[in-house]
Amino acid sequence: MKFDTIIIGGGLAGMVAGIALQKAGQKTAIISTGQNALHFFSGTFESLQEPTPRIKELIEEAGIRLHYGQGVRLMPMGTFQPSALCLEDVDIFPDAHFGRRVLIVNFMGYHDFFSSFLSEGLEKQGMECRIRFLNLPEMEQLLQSPSEMRSVQIARTMDRIWEKVVQEIRVLLKDDDTVVLPQVFGLKDPSVPGRIRQGIPAKVVFAGTLPPSVPGVRTQMQLRKRYEVLGGTYLMGDEALEAHVHNGMVHSIVTRNLDSHYLEADNFVLSTGSFFSKGLRSNPERIWEPVFGLDVEYPEDRNGWYSPSFADDQPYMGYGVKTDARLHGVADGEPLKNLYAAGSILGVTHPELGSAAGLAIRSALAVADAILCHSERSEESN
Amino acid sequence: MKLQEYTQSRANFEECMKCTVCTAYCPVLQVNPLYPGPKQAGPDGERLRLKDPYFFNYALKYCLNCKRCEVACPSGVHVADLIQTARIKYDKSNPKLRDRILASTDFMGKMVRPVAPIANVATGLGITKTVLDATLKIDHRRQFPAYSGRSFEGWLKRRAKEQAAFPEQVAYFHGCYVNYNYPQLGKDLVKVMNALGIGVQLLDKEKCCGIAMITNGMSKEATKHANHNVAVLQKAVDAGLKVVTTSSTCVFTIRDEYPGVLGVDNAAVHDAIFMATRLIYEKLEKGATLKFKADYHKKIAYHTPCHMEKLGWGVFSENLMRMIPGVEFTVLDSACCGIAGTYGFKKENYEASQAIGAPLFAQIQSVNPDIVACDCETCKWQIEMSTGYKVMNPISILAEALAD
Repeated sequence: MKFDTIIIGGGLAGMVAGIALQKAGQKTAIISTGQNALHFFSGTFESLQEPTPRIKELIEEAGIRLHYGQGVRLMPMGTFQPSALCLEDVDIFPDAHFGRRVLIVNFMGYHDFFSSFLSEGLEKQGMECRIRFLNLPEMEQLLQSPSEMRSVQIARTMDRIWEKVVQEIRVLLKDDDTVVLPQVFGLKDPSVPGRIRQGIPAKVVFAGTLPPSVPGVRTQMQLRKRYEVLGGTYLMGDEALEAHVHNGMVHSIVTRNLDSHYLEADNFVLSTGSFFSKGLRSNPERIWEPVFGLDVEYPEDRNGWYSPSFADDQPYMGYGVKTDARLHGVADGEPLKNLYAAGSILGVTHPELGSAAGLAIRSALAVADAILCHSERSEESN
Repeated sequence: MKLQEYTQSRANFEECMKCTVCTAYCPVLQVNPLYPGPKQAGPDGERLRLKDPYFFNYALKYCLNCKRCEVACPSGVHVADLIQTARIKYDKSNPKLRDRILASTDFMGKMVRPVAPIANVATGLGITKTVLDATLKIDHRRQFPAYSGRSFEGWLKRRAKEQAAFPEQVAYFHGCYVNYNYPQLGKDLVKVMNALGIGVQLLDKEKCCGIAMITNGMSKEATKHANHNVAVLQKAVDAGLKVVTTSSTCVFTIRDEYPGVLGVDNAAVHDAIFMATRLIYEKLEKGATLKFKADYHKKIAYHTPCHMEKLGWGVFSENLMRMIPGVEFTVLDSACCGIAGTYGFKKENYEASQAIGAPLFAQIQSVNPDIVACDCETCKWQIEMSTGYKVMNPISILAEALAD
C-alpha cells in the first residue's frame, strides 16, 4: 500500500501532522501501537506563547473547544501551574486565589479524585472549603464493582444524567461562590462542561482525576474522527517493526499486522513518543530508537541518566532522537532525507513551548510544512 | 543483562504499567457491572492467580474475547489472551450442554444439513424458541441462522476440474458458516477469484477453527481442531498454495489464538493464511484488474468486526469496496456489535449483547445505507436482527458488482 506520507505514532503530534497533511491534499496513514498519551492529558496545551490562528483553526475544526489566557490552572492535588492554551473545561485564573468559599463535590465511592488534597491546597491560598459527596441511584450499578469506578466509567453515566447532577449541586449550594468538580463530564458531547457552568449559580472549576483523562479521551476521539473525515487511514493497534532504507531515503516500513505487505511512502514522520509509548527503548546498557535506529544522545555512564531522588527532574525524560535543523531524523550521523521527527521523541522541551503538548503541536506543524514545501519543490523541478 | 529477557512472559503481562487505557475501550464493562474489566481480569488478576488459583474469578466468562483491550493497549500486553488462558487453566467446571451445542458448529452443521428445510422452519417457530429458552437457556429473542440443504464443499467438489484449469490456485478455508449455512458466500469468492484468473481449491478436510470451543470451555476439543487444521494448512503450504478465508474470526483464530491461547505452534503456516480481501487487494495493486458493472449504485456502510480490527486488515476490505465505481462509502465507528459468536445467544448475555451493539445500530440507522458490509458472519446475524438492514460480506459485494 502506498501513501504520500506515513506517520508512525498516533498521538497528538501524529494526528496534528496527519490533519495538516490531509488538509493540504496528501494521502496519509497513521500507525498507532495502541492508544496514546492523550489518555493522560491535563486538558491544557501548556504552550505559553499565544497560539497562531492556524493552530487554533486546526484544533477547533475538529470540534475541540479552546480558550486562551495568561494565568494559572488548578492541578489535581490542589497546587497551581502556569497555563495558557486550554480546553474549554479547564479554567485559567489570573492568580491562585480564585474564590472565597469553595464547595468541592465528589461522588460516593470514587477514589480517583483527590478532594481532601484539593481542599488543603485551596485553604493554603486562603479559600474556605467544604467537601460533599453525591450519592445518586444511577451510580449504584457502578458501585457494584468498586475496582472499576474510574473516570471514563463515571463519565458514561454522567453523559446521561449530568442535568440531574446540576440540580443536586444547586441544592447543596449555600453561600459558596465556587464549585470544584472532577473532570468526568462531556465524554461524548464537548458542550456539557459549558452547560454545567451555565446551570450552577457559582463559578464552576473542573479539576483533574486519575487516568484515563475524560477530556483527553474526548480530544483523542475528536482528532481521530477529524483525521478520518479528511480521508486519512488510521491503523490502530499496529506497530512499525523495521524500515527499509536505501541511500539515506526510507522506502517502506514493515508492520506487525501487515507483515509481508510493506507500507510505502514518499515521506515518513516518526512521532512515537518517548519511553512510555516505546518510541525510545532502554536496557541497562543503552537507549535506542527501535524503528529506524536513529541516533540518541545520552551520557555513557548510566548513573547520569537519572537522579536518585524520585521527585527530581529526571535527565532521561529529556532524551530524544537526534535531528538536523529541519527535523530530519539522523542515523549514524547522517540525516535521512525523507524522515522527520515530531513530538515527545524529540526529547527537548523548550521553555517557550511549556511542555509535551505544545511541543507536539508545533513540531508536527513544522514537519508537515517541511514535507509540503519539499514536495512542492520536487514537483516544480519535474 | 539477560534478566529482562528471562522474565518476559508469553502474554507480555509484566509490561502492564496499570495505565487503565484498556478499561476505556472494553465494551462489556460499559454494560455489565458483574464483569471486573480487562485490567482487573487480565494482568492485575494474573498476578494474584499466579500466587494462588483461589483468586480465579468466574466472572471472567463475561469477557467477549473481542480483543479491543489489546488493540488499545499501548504496552503490547495480550490482555484478552491472559483472560482466556486463565479460563482454560482455572475454570474446572464442565461446559453445559447448551454451550457444547453452540460451540460445535461443524458437528451441528453435519447433523442438521440433511433435514435443513425442517430445521429452519422449526427454529423460526415461537414454540421452539420458547422451549430452547426454557430448557437450554438460549435466548428466545434470537434469530437462528438458517441451514443450507447442500454444503459448499459438495458444490466446489463438483467443480474441481473446472477450477483446476486456472493457471493460478488458492486454497479456501471456508469455515462452518459457508459450508452449512450460507454457501453463496463461497460461490461469490469463487466468482471473484476466477475473474482474477485464480482457481479455488478445498483444503484436505478442514475442521471448524474452534473459536466457539475456546470461549465455551472446550479447549481440549479446540486444541484437537487446531492441530488438525495446522497439519491441513501445512499440506497446502507444501503444495505452494496460499490459503484465503472470508471470515475474519476463522483467520484470526488460526493465526493468533492457536499459539496465543491454545499454545499450538502454527509458525510454519501462520503467514500463509489471509483474508481473501487482502489477497485480492494485493493482486490489484500489482496490476490485475476487475471489471465492474457500469450501473452499480449502492450506498455501503462498513462495519469493522472486532477480530478484523485486531488483525488490522479492515483497510483491505475498505479499499476494495472504494474501488467499485458507483459506491458511496462510509466507515462506521469501530465498535463491537455485541454478539461475539455464541456469547449473545446465551440467555444471560442477551441484554448486555444488545446494549453493547446499541451505538452501532443507531449509527447504521442514521447513515441509512443500502447495504452494511462486514467480514464476519455472526456480526451479520446480529446487525440484521437488530437493525433490519441487509449485511453482506465485502466479497459478495465485489461479486455482485462484477460485470458479467
